[in-house]
Parts: sequence; structure tokens; C-alpha cells
Amino acid sequence: MKPAITINNIVKFYGAKSNKTEALSGISFNVNEGELFGIIGPDGAGKTSLFRILTTLLLADEGEATVDGYDVVKYYKEIRKRAGYMPGRFSLYQDLTVEENLEFFATIFNTTIEKNYHLIKDIYIQIEPFKKRKAGKLSGGMKQKLALCCALIHKPSVLFLDEPTTGVDAVSRKEFWEMLKKLKQQNITILVSTPYMDEAGMCDRVALLQSGKILSIDTPDGIIEQFQKDLFAVRSSKMLPLLNDLKICSEVEDAYFFGAYHHVVMKHKNEEQQLKNYLSKYAGDGLEINAIRPNIEDCFMALMKNTE
Amino acid sequence: MKQFFSFVKKEFHHILRDPRTMLILLGMPIAQIIIFGFALTNEVKNSKIAVLDNSKDVATTALIQQINSSRYFDIEKSLTDYKSIDAEFKTGKIKMVIVFPQGFNEDLQHFNKAQVQLIADASDPNVANTLANYATAIIMDYQNRITDDRKLPYTIHTEIQMLYNPQLMGAYSFVPGVMAMVLMLVCTMMTAITIVREKETGTMEVLLVSPVQPLKIVIAKAVPYLLLSMVNIMSILMLSVFVLGVPINGSLLLLIAVSILFTLTSLALGLLISSVTASQQAAMFISLVGLFLPTVMLSGFMFPIENMPLPLRIISNVVPAKWFYTIVKSVMIKGVGFSLIWKEVLVLTGMMLFFLVLSIKKFKIRLA
Repeated sequence: MKPAITINNIVKFYGAKSNKTEALSGISFNVNEGELFGIIGPDGAGKTSLFRILTTLLLADEGEATVDGYDVVKYYKEIRKRAGYMPGRFSLYQDLTVEENLEFFATIFNTTIEKNYHLIKDIYIQIEPFKKRKAGKLSGGMKQKLALCCALIHKPSVLFLDEPTTGVDAVSRKEFWEMLKKLKQQNITILVSTPYMDEAGMCDRVALLQSGKILSIDTPDGIIEQFQKDLFAVRSSKMLPLLNDLKICSEVEDAYFFGAYHHVVMKHKNEEQQLKNYLSKYAGDGLEINAIRPNIEDCFMALMKNTE
Repeated sequence: MKQFFSFVKKEFHHILRDPRTMLILLGMPIAQIIIFGFALTNEVKNSKIAVLDNSKDVATTALIQQINSSRYFDIEKSLTDYKSIDAEFKTGKIKMVIVFPQGFNEDLQHFNKAQVQLIADASDPNVANTLANYATAIIMDYQNRITDDRKLPYTIHTEIQMLYNPQLMGAYSFVPGVMAMVLMLVCTMMTAITIVREKETGTMEVLLVSPVQPLKIVIAKAVPYLLLSMVNIMSILMLSVFVLGVPINGSLLLLIAVSILFTLTSLALGLLISSVTASQQAAMFISLVGLFLPTVMLSGFMFPIENMPLPLRIISNVVPAKWFYTIVKSVMIKGVGFSLIWKEVLVLTGMMLFFLVLSIKKFKIRLA
């Protein structure tokens, strides 16, 4: 399969020469055609910088990248014809109605709503009852849907979605990912970034990004398989002292909050008994120790610890 | 082309849906014309003055009557001695005192020469000057009349004729000035702000990642303001002709043509400001301080350029409004044709092209 996006050793600095901060430090990966590729990383990891370089809005300080076979610097005009881009911040005209926004974006991409209606139909139908409403008066979820419609209306070959689910409620987030899965069937390559680790599972492949460096690139399952250590979920009624005890335990590599539990990564395999013995003083406080399968966030934490 | 029209339509939506923008765009010109026309006039009417008549003869009585009947002066008080003058001025009610010496009429009859003293409150020099001139004119007028009666020899007759604006109406000079000011504000500031607003709200990011050429974005932004400026030009001209009574002596077509030229210059400047600033505040600040003030101060509309020190006179040449002001004054008030203003028109055209080329060159096709 030919790659829709290639990224080769991209470096991006910000600030003056004497005091520059590195936003991206030598990133390379490819995204295949028709792939739903996720870039997962916390705020400040460099996600938006990477998106802006790929959408021709920023120039990288080093390295090359291509989108749909075109170099992002030399052939930026070609990319601007065939890329769909939804920035992290809501970037439509708040004083235009839903319909006017969509019509405007259709026209500037030299197309009409009718021509590509089939692409956005499933999404647009949900906001159609409000088509006479000004975009600024829509709820967060509806704004995202409208923005997605506007980014899709010209049938882009590559779709860039920069944190599309940030600030959107859980139900709308789930719906949004369902929509992306459907779009994939139209053979649109989708590059999506998110700070939510739980969304990684919805992607075909993910890149874990931290401080401008890629920690790992694989399928969500592949990333989880890389996690070779034993992981336990531990809880008791005294959570804080429990965590402190876990952190100083010599068999424990890492322990951190995870919802109602603490996740505990062990240094060696098959040491469940040792852990149970170590925590025996919490036996009267409803101690629970369960061996669990790691999720993406556990992998991210482990990878982050490794690179430190 | 369809892209372009959809852009213009969008721009009109932005303007028409924002009542504040509408108010600034269409209300401001009217407000300015009315403020300048009725409140901020530098004409002096019904000024209160006092008279100290030490002579009380035929000639002084006639003169005082004549002064009192003019629309410029109201004689508030008759003073009896010289010492009270100072106290009168300190109350601030009196702007000028006319003092006739003893034996005014006798001097006039026997020596063909008499003296009048005009003491004006020069804490406001312009008013003082104007009042002294008015009074002198009335006295001269009286002198001429009695001279005619007597046919006395050796009287020097000075004749002053006020060309183009015989009543010395202030409106003649400020209408061109207000036109320059309004067009500068509407075109430069508003266009600069709307483009920068797209940068601030992030919509520029989306527009850039689209096949639209930057030139189209920029020109589509300017079109609605060009149209609105034409509405403004018309309303200013109508107000000045029908409300303020300023005639259009030259060709209306030429006047409109040069106004459009100036509008285009201002638009180009607005585009330039927008491409070098990143926030609406910065755009507004540059427009106001960098353009509006020079337009008011250095165009010759408030203060005559001839009286300025050399450096300011040189700087005034780069203020587009100075050239426009000169053109409008020539065409509208003096009624001259194109052959006498082509130099100014050429300068404005050059400025317009310069700003336009520069702003297109400076237009950022990327975010940074």
C-alpha cells in the first residue's frame, strides 16, 4: 500500500535562537492510504505543530514530509486542494448560520453541497434541524459536527483532525469516532490527534507522542503487547498511604492513580504473592489485588518512564 | 469567480449582522459632518463685547450702532472708565473692548485721522484675531462711507476680497477634511480589523488550507468596504450641499472619481496593516495612531501646513490624506478641472499601487 503521508525526520523549533524550545525533535513515520491514524499525546507534546507542518501552515526547520505524494513545502498548493483540515480550536464563522458556513466552504473548494452530500449526510442530518442557527450558538458537540462537515465537503483525500474531541462530552465523542470509522470506508486517510488515551483503541494505528518525540508506533493491540510486565489493579479504603507504600516497595517499578484503583507495574514476572505479602497490613481495609491487562495509558506511562 | 462572490457575500453578512460595525460605518460620517458643521465651527457669532466711549459724538454713536447691528457682535456693556476694562475681561464674559478716545469726531473732521483701540481677549488667539478682523472690517466700511460722502483726498482705500468662500464659512474647509477622515477610518481601520479578526478567531487557518489564492481573500475583504465608502461619500456630499450649503463647484464625476481613488489607497493601507499585525488591538492602534492622527494633523485640514516647521512639512507629504484634501478642496470649492490636479492624483495613484503591492508581498501564505 502506498503511503498517504510520509514524515521524515521533522524538527521544529520555536522562539529565538538563544532560547529555543524544541516542539518536534526528529519525527518520522508513514500513514498508509485509507488508514485511521491516531497521534496520542498530552498537551504540549507537539501534536498541533506536526499538524500545521503537514497542512502547509508552518515550515519545519529540518526534515521533509509529503501528503498524498506532494512535498509540503514545494507543492503546498496541491496539498491545499486535497487536504481537509479541522483545527483544534473551533474555526468557523460564528456569525454565519450552519447552512451558510457549509455553503461557503463548499464554494471556496470549488464544489457544491449537493455534489458531496453523500459524504456528510450521516453527520449533517444530525445538525440539519439547526441549519438556520448561527454557528456561534451551537453546542460543543454540534460545532464539531459542523466543522467536520465543512472539512469534508470537498471530498479530501487526506483529512487532518487536530484534537476534534477535546471539550466534547462523552456521548458526542463516541459518536464522533463512529463517524470517523464510517468515513474510513470512503477511502479517506484520516490523521487524528487526541490527548485521550482511551480513544487510541478506535484507530488502526497510533503514534504515542511525548515532548516532541515518538515513543512508539503500532496498532493499539501491538502497543499493548509490547507491555511485557505484570500489572495489577490495587485498591483499599486508604488509597493515599497505599500509594505511598507501593512507591517505596522494592519489587514495584511504578505505581500511579488510575480511576478508583492504583495501577502497579511489577519489576519481575510472577510476583503476585510478594505484592500480597507486602500489602498484608491493608487486609482489614478492604484490600483488592487483581491482575489486569494493560491499556494504552499504562503503555504510555511505561514508555514515558523508559525514555526519562 | 464564484469563490470570490461567495467571499464578498460572507463579508457582507459579517458587516450587516454586527450592529456596532454598521453604526460605525454609516453613522459616523453623518455624525462627524453634523458635529463639525454645527458644533466645532471656528466662525465667531454674537460675541459679547464692551464699549468705552470717551467721546460720545456723532461718529462714535454711528460706529457703535453699526457694530452692534452686525451678527458678529453683541454690545453687552458700556464702560465709563479705562480701569474697569481689566476687571471686565477677568469675568470672562467679554471677548473684546472697543475704546474711542476723547474728541474722536473732531479728529476725524479736522485731521482726517482718528484712532480706535481694540482690546481683545487673546487667551484664545484665534477668536481674538477673528474678532479684531471683523471689527476692523466694520470700521473700514464706515470710513469708506464717510470718505465717499466728503470726497476727501489722500485716503487709502484697501479692498479685501475673499475668493471662493466670501462668507469665510468653516464648512468649506472641513467638508474635504471630514471626507478624508471618514474614508481613512472606514477603509483602513475596518479592513485591517476584519482581516486580523480572521487570524484571531482561527478562521484564517482554515482559509489558508484551501485552494483560494490569498489575493482573492484580500480583495474580497476590501470590496464591501469600497461599496460602503461610496455610500458614505454620497451621504457626506449630500449633507454638505443640502444641510451645510457648501456648493460643489467642480465636476461631481471628477470628485467621485478621486474619492474612489483615495478609498482604494486607504484600503490598500488597511490590507498592509492587516498583514503585518496579529491582533485586532494592534491593528486598531496602528490605524488610529499611525494614520488617523496624521490625517487630522498633517493633512492641512485643521492646521495649515504652510505654518509648520520644515520637518513636519516634509512628513506631511507621505500622508495620503494631504493630497486628497488638496484635490477635494480644488475640485469641490474652487471648481478646477483635472488639468490642475493631475499631479496630486498621480501621487495618490502611486501611493495606492505601492501599498497594494507591498501588502500582497507581505501577505502570509503560512501561519508563521
